[in-house]
Amino acid sequence: MTETEIKATIIAGLSQIAPEADFEELSPTENIREELDIDSFDFLNFLIGLNDKLGVDIPESDYEKLISMTDLISYLAKRID
Amino acid sequence: MADFIMPSLGADMTEGILVAWQVEVGDQIKHGDIVAEVETAKGVFEVEAFSDGVIEQILVQPGSEAIPVGTVLATIVEEGGTIVSPTVVAERKQVSPAARRLAAENHIDLSQIEGTGSEGAVCLADIEGLIAATTATEVPARKQVETKTSVDFKDGMRQAISAAMSLSNREIPHYYLATDIDMSRSLSWLEEQNRQRSIRDRLLPVVLPLKAVALALRKVPELNAHWVDEQLQLKKEVHIGFAITLRGGGLITPALHKVDQLSLDQLMVALSDLISRTRSGKLRGLEMTDAGITVTNFGDLGVQTIFGVIYPPQVALVGLGKISEQPWAEQGGLSVRPVLTATLAADHRAGDGHQGGKFLDALNRILQEPEAL
Repeated sequence: MTETEIKATIIAGLSQIAPEADFEELSPTENIREELDIDSFDFLNFLIGLNDKLGVDIPESDYEKLISMTDLISYLAKRID
Repeated sequence: MADFIMPSLGADMTEGILVAWQVEVGDQIKHGDIVAEVETAKGVFEVEAFSDGVIEQILVQPGSEAIPVGTVLATIVEEGGTIVSPTVVAERKQVSPAARRLAAENHIDLSQIEGTGSEGAVCLADIEGLIAATTATEVPARKQVETKTSVDFKDGMRQAISAAMSLSNREIPHYYLATDIDMSRSLSWLEEQNRQRSIRDRLLPVVLPLKAVALALRKVPELNAHWVDEQLQLKKEVHIGFAITLRGGGLITPALHKVDQLSLDQLMVALSDLISRTRSGKLRGLEMTDAGITVTNFGDLGVQTIFGVIYPPQVALVGLGKISEQPWAEQGGLSVRPVLTATLAADHRAGDGHQGGKFLDALNRILQEPEAL
C-alpha cells in the first residue's frame, strides 16, 4: 500500500468523525486531534476503523506517537504487511 | 384509559415537535415500547410508552408545529379496556430528522416537497437538491422567514441550555468542593487490562471514575436525587447523566443506566452506545430525564478543575479534569504521580458540604482499588 493510499484511508476515517473538516487545509505536521476537535472516544473509533481497513492493531502505548498526519502515515506504513 | 402526552424531556423543554408515530391505531403496546419520535431543541428523541394497552386514538399528526408539553397526542386503552371508535390514521408525510433540520434551517416548507425515499419519505438529499437547485432563484416552497415552523437546531439548543442553566444559577445555592486523586494504581491497572485486549475491546480511562462515582453514590445516596417542591427525592437506581458535546455545538447529558451494577466492560459498551446515539440523534426520551446526577469529563482538554453548574432538578454535578502528572507528597517522600482533580458542585438546599466531602473521599478510596471496580 502506498503512502497516498494510506493517507486516503486516514482521511476517510477522519471524515466520518469530522465531516466538516477541510483536509486540504490541514497541515501534515498539525496535531490532528486538537485541530479537528476529536475526543478520546472518537479517536478510539478512528483507530478501530484503521484496524479494520489496514489490519494494524495499534497498542495503547503508541497512541502518544500518533499526533500529526505525518506521524500516522509513517507509523502505519511501517506496520502494513 | 390513559393519555399519551407531549413529554417534558428536561427542565429546559416547554414544547416539542411530533416528528413521527411509531404506532398506529389498534396497535398493542407495552410499557417501554417506542411510541413516537419527538424533536426538541436538543434533537430528535424516541419516546416510550408508560403503560400497557392499545392505541385508541391518534389526536395529533406529525408536522412541523411546536406542541406545548402536556398536550394529549394519543389515547391508550389500558389492558382489559375496550377500544372505542378507532380513528383512521391520516396519511402522513415521512421526513427524516436530518432532512427536517436542514429544511427548518432554510425555512423550507416540507408540505410542498415530493420525497424520493421509500414510500415517498422526504430525505436529506431531497432538501439538499432543492437548496442547490434554487439557490440563485426564487424559492417557491420557502415560507416567510418570520413564520415559526420549527425550532432552529443551533439557536434552539443554545436557548435550551440557557433556560436550564439560568434556572440553576437563579435557584440553586451551589457549593463547590475539589479533591486531588492519585490515579497511578487505577491507570497502571487499566494499562495492563488494555494490553491484553484487542483495540475493539479497550476501555477508555473515563469508565473508571464513572463506575467509582456510581459506587460512591451508594455511600452518599443523598447526592443521587432530584430536588422537587422543596423536597429531596432520592433515586432508587444509579442513573448517571454524562455530558456529551455535539460537533455542531451544544451539549446533551443523557443517562447511563444502573451504572453501579455494570462491569467496566458493560459500562464501556453502554458509554459507546450512548455517545454514538447522542451524536446521531437517536436518544430515548427517558434517557433525558431519569439521571440522578451528572458527570462532566474534561479529560481530553487541558482543564484541571471544573466548577460545574447543576442540571436541575438534580442536586449535584461531578467534574473530572485532565489526568496530569503532578508532584505528590506521601509518607514524607516526594514523587510524580498522575493526578485527577475531581470536583463536586452540589445543591446546598438539599445537603451540606460534609456530605459532599464524604462523597469525594469515597470516590478517592474506590479509585485506589481499581480491581474491585
